[in-house]
Amino acid sequence: MPAADKNAKLADVAGAAEGAQAEGGILAFTREQELSAYRAMLLIRRFEEKAGQMYGMGLVGGFCHLYIGQEAVVVGARMSAKSTDQFITGYRDHGHMLACGMEPRRVMAELTGRRGGYSKGKGGSMHMFSREKNFYGGHGIVGAPAPLGVGLAFADLYRGDGSVSLTFFGDGAANQGQVYESFNMAELWKLPIVFIVENNRYAMGTSVERSSAQSNFSMRGTAFNIPGRQIDGMDVRAVAAAAREALDWCRAGKGPFLIEAQTYRYRGHSMSDPAKYRSKEEVQRVREEHDPIEQVRARLLAGGIGEDELKQIDAAVRRIVSEAADFATNDPEPDPSELWTDVVL
Amino acid sequence: MAELTLVEAVNRALAHELEHDPAVLLLGEDIGVNGGVFRATLGLQQRFGSARVIDTPLAEAAIAGVAVGMAAMGLKPVMEIQFSGFIYPAMDQLINHASRLRNRTRGRLTCPMVLRAPNGAGIHAPEHHSESPEAMLAHTPGLRVVIPSSPARAYGLLLAAIRDPDPVVFLEPTRLYRLFKQEVIDDGEPLPLDTCFVSREGRDVTLVAWGGMLHEALAAAESLASEGVDCEVVDVATLKPLDAETILRSVEKTGRCVIVQEAARTAGFGAEIAAIIAERGLYFLQAPVRRVTGYDVVMPLARLEGQYLPSVARIADAVRKTMEAE
Ligand SMILES: Cc1ncc(C[n+]2csc(CCOP(=O)(O)OP(=O)(O)O)c2C)c(N)n1
Ligand SMILES: [Mg+2]
Repeated sequence: MPAADKNAKLADVAGAAEGAQAEGGILAFTREQELSAYRAMLLIRRFEEKAGQMYGMGLVGGFCHLYIGQEAVVVGARMSAKSTDQFITGYRDHGHMLACGMEPRRVMAELTGRRGGYSKGKGGSMHMFSREKNFYGGHGIVGAPAPLGVGLAFADLYRGDGSVSLTFFGDGAANQGQVYESFNMAELWKLPIVFIVENNRYAMGTSVERSSAQSNFSMRGTAFNIPGRQIDGMDVRAVAAAAREALDWCRAGKGPFLIEAQTYRYRGHSMSDPAKYRSKEEVQRVREEHDPIEQVRARLLAGGIGEDELKQIDAAVRRIVSEAADFATNDPEPDPSELWTDVVL
Repeated sequence: MAELTLVEAVNRALAHELEHDPAVLLLGEDIGVNGGVFRATLGLQQRFGSARVIDTPLAEAAIAGVAVGMAAMGLKPVMEIQFSGFIYPAMDQLINHASRLRNRTRGRLTCPMVLRAPNGAGIHAPEHHSESPEAMLAHTPGLRVVIPSSPARAYGLLLAAIRDPDPVVFLEPTRLYRLFKQEVIDDGEPLPLDTCFVSREGRDVTLVAWGGMLHEALAAAESLASEGVDCEVVDVATLKPLDAETILRSVEKTGRCVIVQEAARTAGFGAEIAAIIAERGLYFLQAPVRRVTGYDVVMPLARLEGQYLPSVARIADAVRKTMEAE
């Protein structure tokens, strides 16, 4: 496929890590694989920056939780997964949807509450789904996706088609009781589920240190005999490696697997966050030293790729995002009669 | 004396009780360092220490259960749940333990706890950030349910709720948090629980509302006054136990009643009020009781929010129809 076509597609990276050699806790990506990761992460980054701007302009209703800084987690996981595997997460979900190949314009249109949005403009940032892409939401209740993911995995095992449920939640969510009820059932019934804790160090304004007696989240499944890996969630290759190990484990019928991806959110919890709980320097340090996208970019440049090629990717990503923003700004609002649809009356 | 917003009045009441009663403590997610999602507890951890203003992990079910245990030991926990939609995970502890402790121990223990949560629409977010679950809570024997409608009432009612020996769910209308200021005297004087307040006197029709909707009802009364319709407006304030006498007295005077409720219609708290009027005040009525309510749908995103919420126009319309009936 010529480069231009690939840039225009930019979407689903399922299976992109296939064939990469595992070594020292990472997958050694080929240049093509690095490029896939780069495109997918950059799309999320630019999409989120635009979503933040649109929120600032008053175009986004309700909440808006940005994924900036955490891009490598979902992209790495997706690169090792198959498109038939299910993804489910909480309310910080835009990145997951884009990585699953959902259309940026329809995600953006949902943020702005328009007809063309994935939830017809009635659900907003936190509540979107796509059966075609096996994306099961998009959930506002912290911790709730864990048992939902177990249910998806139960169906996978029941149908025996080898699919796995990838269930994402945060460090804060990891303190909800239903997460442990889920761990127990998942291991008891040997369900094909990968629990991925996106440890970005904060739950709203509460740091992990102030909320968690066991802050090594990869050990949170130990009491249930669920194997865990704690990994650098800013390195997309490390995430892809852990995800491959976990998915192989699940597909071999050995039950659940737990990954703690250590990551960081650059922006506030949601768009209204006074950020009194951490210093500007802390944020700055992560951005400068661990940025998931810059890491890939640096490797690509060191590997001899031209600035030109990266610029082309950048331009293609920007085009997609600005087209999404235009659509989300101009698409009509839902008809008032929509209030009464898709609900038992 | 000071002019305070509703959220500031809540803060003053909490501070007052922390200062005067060592058994009082606050617990909830982000209430300490951050001062709460809506800043209701701003500055209280600095002032009273982290042993009494406690940042909890994310765990509503356990927070509620822990509060019940504390209360059984004679402490007076005031827990904050970030939005009323997040009460649902704590419902088991509320219904199965908090509300029944007194009865189950045959009066040997009581459960002097308060659960505070922002309630209703107001931040243009869908679903659990805009819920009005008061009827579910009022349906639970053993719980008090209080919804203030102004800074002064929030202050006085919250003091009373904290001092009350039984569990109180105190739902604060998110929409009113910073909508207006009012004189609040921070003198530790509580308002009576289990009392409805007549917020406006009138002859022709009784409007019954609570929380955020009280203001729509008052605005409707204002606009109807120019048409020569004189509305009395009752602020329910404590839904459970309900002060039926005040409502019945008003309906006896006016002969007409319109109930305004933000929550979905079916089995809402307005239905309870209508039933009481039917049982005990039917012969006062010159027209059928009407309800203006939210619809039986899930609270949608911002752009349909206005469509959902009972508006001044919808209330005024219902009043006009009530006035036409013979
Ligand atoms: C049951 C419940 N309680 C509280 C909230 C409010 N809330 C939304 S996100 C959040 C913090 C979650 O933190 P974490 O799980 O670490 O995820 P992150 O936001 O860092 O991605 C809180 C407290 C909620 N949505 N649901
Ligand atoms: Mg977090």
